[in-house]
Amino acid sequence: MSGVALTLGVYFPVAAKGNGEVITGDTAETLGIELNAWVSIDKLGKVTILNHRSEMGQGSFQSVPQMVAEELEVDLDHVRILFAPGSQTKYGSQITGGSSTIRGSYKQMLRIGATARDMLLETAAKKWNVPKEECYAENGEAIHRPTGRKIGYGDLVEEAAKLQPPKDVKLKLRKDYKIIGKPMPRQDTPLKVNGKAEFGIDKKMPGMLYASVERNPRFHGKVKSFDDTAVRAIPGVKNVFKVQMPVFGSTRDGVAVVADSLWTAMQARKQLKVVWDDEGFEHLSTDQLFTRMKEDLAKKEFSQRTGGNFEAAFEKADKKVEAVYETPYESHSAMEPLNCTAFWQESGVEIWGPIQAPDWIQRDVSDRLSIPVDKVKVNMTFLGGGFGRKAFTDYTYEAVLISKEMKAPVQVVWTREDDMLQGPFRPGAVYGCKAGLSKDGQIQAFQTKMAAQNMDHQDVHPDSTMFNASTTEGLLEPYFSAIQHYSFGDIPTESPIPVMWWRSVYSSTNGFAYESFMDELAHAAGKDPLEFRKNHLEPDRYRALIDELIEKSGWASRGKNEGWGVAITECFSSIVGEVVKVSKKADGKIKIDKVIALMDCGWYVNPDIIRAQVEGSIIMALGAATKHETHFADGKAVEKNFDMYKMPRIGDIPEIIVHIMDNEEKAGGVGEPGLPPFSPALCNAIFDLTGKRIRKLPFNLDEV
Amino acid sequence: MASYSIQINGKNYSVDADPQMPLLWVIRDLVGLTGTKYGCGISQCGACTVHLNGNPVRSCSLPVSATVNQKITTIEGLSADNSHPVQQAWIKEQVPQCGYCQSGQIMAAVALLKRNPNPADKDIDMAMQGHICRCGTYPRIRKAIKSAAQVQTKSITSKN
Repeated sequence: MSGVALTLGVYFPVAAKGNGEVITGDTAETLGIELNAWVSIDKLGKVTILNHRSEMGQGSFQSVPQMVAEELEVDLDHVRILFAPGSQTKYGSQITGGSSTIRGSYKQMLRIGATARDMLLETAAKKWNVPKEECYAENGEAIHRPTGRKIGYGDLVEEAAKLQPPKDVKLKLRKDYKIIGKPMPRQDTPLKVNGKAEFGIDKKMPGMLYASVERNPRFHGKVKSFDDTAVRAIPGVKNVFKVQMPVFGSTRDGVAVVADSLWTAMQARKQLKVVWDDEGFEHLSTDQLFTRMKEDLAKKEFSQRTGGNFEAAFEKADKKVEAVYETPYESHSAMEPLNCTAFWQESGVEIWGPIQAPDWIQRDVSDRLSIPVDKVKVNMTFLGGGFGRKAFTDYTYEAVLISKEMKAPVQVVWTREDDMLQGPFRPGAVYGCKAGLSKDGQIQAFQTKMAAQNMDHQDVHPDSTMFNASTTEGLLEPYFSAIQHYSFGDIPTESPIPVMWWRSVYSSTNGFAYESFMDELAHAAGKDPLEFRKNHLEPDRYRALIDELIEKSGWASRGKNEGWGVAITECFSSIVGEVVKVSKKADGKIKIDKVIALMDCGWYVNPDIIRAQVEGSIIMALGAATKHETHFADGKAVEKNFDMYKMPRIGDIPEIIVHIMDNEEKAGGVGEPGLPPFSPALCNAIFDLTGKRIRKLPFNLDEV
Repeated sequence: MASYSIQINGKNYSVDADPQMPLLWVIRDLVGLTGTKYGCGISQCGACTVHLNGNPVRSCSLPVSATVNQKITTIEGLSADNSHPVQQAWIKEQVPQCGYCQSGQIMAAVALLKRNPNPADKDIDMAMQGHICRCGTYPRIRKAIKSAAQVQTKSITSKN
C-alpha cells in the first residue's frame, strides 16, 4: 500500500491547474504515498484523488472527488485530480454508462474518503498520545480539539499508510455535508476554457504516427483488393495495409493509411482505391427496415414481462385505444470524433483515448492478443462526448493492430464522416401499443410490442430466441401494480446494422411511445394527463413528484392559445417529469416556449451538474425529435456530416428550467434520465395546442 | 511543400507545409497548440474557430498559404491565466460539459463582444448559430455572453 514519497510536491495555481492528467509511470512517482486506490498524499500534504470513471461532460471528474473530499476533509481547490488507469481489480467496474457512476459507487467513495481520514486521525492521535475521539479532521489537517494542536496530512501520511484500514468507518450524516449537495464549481472547467484539457485526439507522443482508415461502408464487408499506388507516392505516407476491426460477433475490413501527419494520412486516403466484398449479408434501406418492423408487429412477440391476461381483458374493455409509434436510428455524433492512440511493443501495449470503459478494453485487448491483463495499460483522457459510443472496444483494438503492424505508436483518428457513417447506431423502433380502459377511465389492459433490433443478438454466439430485456425500460414501475393485465414483448428485427447504447438506451425510444400513448389514453378517458397518471401511481414518491411538477410548471394555470404536454419516465433509478409548453408564432409555426423538468435522483452530489445534465439531455432529445435521423440506403448510412445530420443550434433552444426533488431515496442516475420524457412531452403539448397527434419521429416543427 | 511564416498569439513560427494544408492542422500538429479542435472539417460545427486579425474564421477550411503575415489568435492566446472576461464568464456560469466545442464557442463569443458589446438575444443567435454543442450547453453560453458583456461594460464605464 505504501509507495515512495517524493520530497517535493508540485502545486498548481487554481486557474491553470494541471488536472485531468493521466497517470503514467512518471506521474505515479509524484503522487506521494497511496492510502488507498483512490487517495494519495505526498509529504508536503498535496492530496491526489483519482477519478476511476470517464469524464465525457457528465461531471464524474468533479463528483467522484467531491464525494471523497467530503469525508476526507480536504479542499478540492488544492487537490490534484487525475484519471485512474484501467484496472478492474483496483477500481472495480469502470464502464461509464447507464448513469451509474454515483449511484453505483457513492457509498464506496464516501467510505474511501472516510477510511483515509480515519487512518490519518489515528496516526495523529498516536503521535500526540491522545484519544482518537478527541481529534477531528478539517481542511487537510488533523486537529486535537481540547488543545487546538494541528498536524497536516503530509506529516501523517507515511505512518498512516502502514495502518490496517479500519473495517467500519463512521460516515457523515447528510445534514452535515459541507460540499456534497452543493453546486461546487467543476474542477475541469478552468481547463476547458483555455485549451488545456487534453482530449484523446490531442494526445501526442514522440515518434507517433497517424492513421486514417478507409473502412467498409456496409459494416461487415471484406476487402477484395485495393490499389495504393497513388497513396504510397505521397510524401509522408509510411505504410498502407488491410486491418480488420471487430463488430460485435462479426468483423469489418478496412485499409489503413499511416503517415507522419494526420492531415497527410487523411488526404492520402482519398487516393486509395478499394474493391469491397459485401456478400453474405443484407444491404437494407430505411424503407425496408421500417417496413420490416411494421410487418413484424403482426408476429408473435418474445415476452419480457406479462401480468394477468391481456387478450381477455382487452377484449372486454369498455374503450379500446391502439396506436403505432415510430422512432429513427440515430448516430452518437459526439463533437470529438472517435480516435485512439496505441503503442504496441513486445513488452506490452499502452493505449490512450477518449475511452468510456478502460477496464473492459484492457480485458478485451488482453484476450484478443492473448497477453496478460497487466501487460495492457489503458489510459483515459477527457472525452469530447461519449453518449455510449466510446464505451465500445472496436476502435481501440483497431488502433492496437495498426500500432503492432507499424511497431510504433500510432494515433488513429476517424474523420467526421467515418464517425457518423460507421455506427454502431441507436436502433430505430416501431411500437404497437394497445390498451383497454374501464368506464371510469382506468387502464385495465396494456400491451406493447416493440419491433426493433436487439443489441444482444449481435454477440458472437447470440441466442436469437432471447427476448429483449429492455422493453419496459422507461415506464414507471408502479404502473405494473395499477394495471392488472399487461404484456410487454419484442419482435427482434433482422438486420446487419450495428447497434448499441445511445444516451438513455431503449428508454429513449420507449419513452416516446409509452408516454405519448399514456397521453392518448388520458384523452380517451377524458382526464387531465397528470391526474390520469396519478390515478395509476400509488407510491408517495411518484405522487409527490407529480404534485411538485404541477406546482413548478404552473400546470393548473395554463392560458389559452398554449399547448401543454407532460411525460414522466424512469430509468437508471431516477424519475424525471417534464412539462413542455408550446404556442403558435405569428406565422402559424409552432414555437417551443418552455420546458420545466423535475429530476428525482434521490441522494445527489452536485445540483448544478444535475441541472446541466438535464438541460443537455433535453437538447439532445430535441435534436432526435425534430432535427436529425440516420437513414440507410443500399446497406450504408446516409448522413455523413453536420450539413446533412442537422443539429439543434443555439437559436432552437427554448427556456429550460430544471428542478431537483429533495428526498431520502437512494442515489439514482443523472446523465441520461432527463432525455426520454422530452419528445413525448413535446408531442403531447403539440396535440394539446393543435389536436394533431405526432406518432413518428423526427418531425419538422415548422411543418406541423 | 513550402515554408510559411505565420504569427500565432504574438509569436512567429516558420512551418513547412503543403500550401493547401488547413490552418487547423498547422496549429495542432506543426505548432503543437491543441486547444483548437477538429469537429467536422467542413465549416459546419465551429470547433476549429480562431481569429484572423481579430475576426473569427474556420481554420479547418483556411489553407495555411492564406494566413501568412496575418495575426492569428487561438484560444491559448486569450490570456495566460483564464483572466479574459469571456473565460471568467464561462467559469462563473459553469458552461462547459465535455468541453470539446468550447474553444470555438469562446473565440466566437470574444469576437461578438468586440464588435457588439451589448448583444441582444438575436445578435447572440446570429453570432453563435454556426457552433454546435452536442452536450447542449447553449443556454449557459447565452448566459455567459450576457454576463461577460455586463462585466466588460462595467469595466469600460468604471475606467471613464
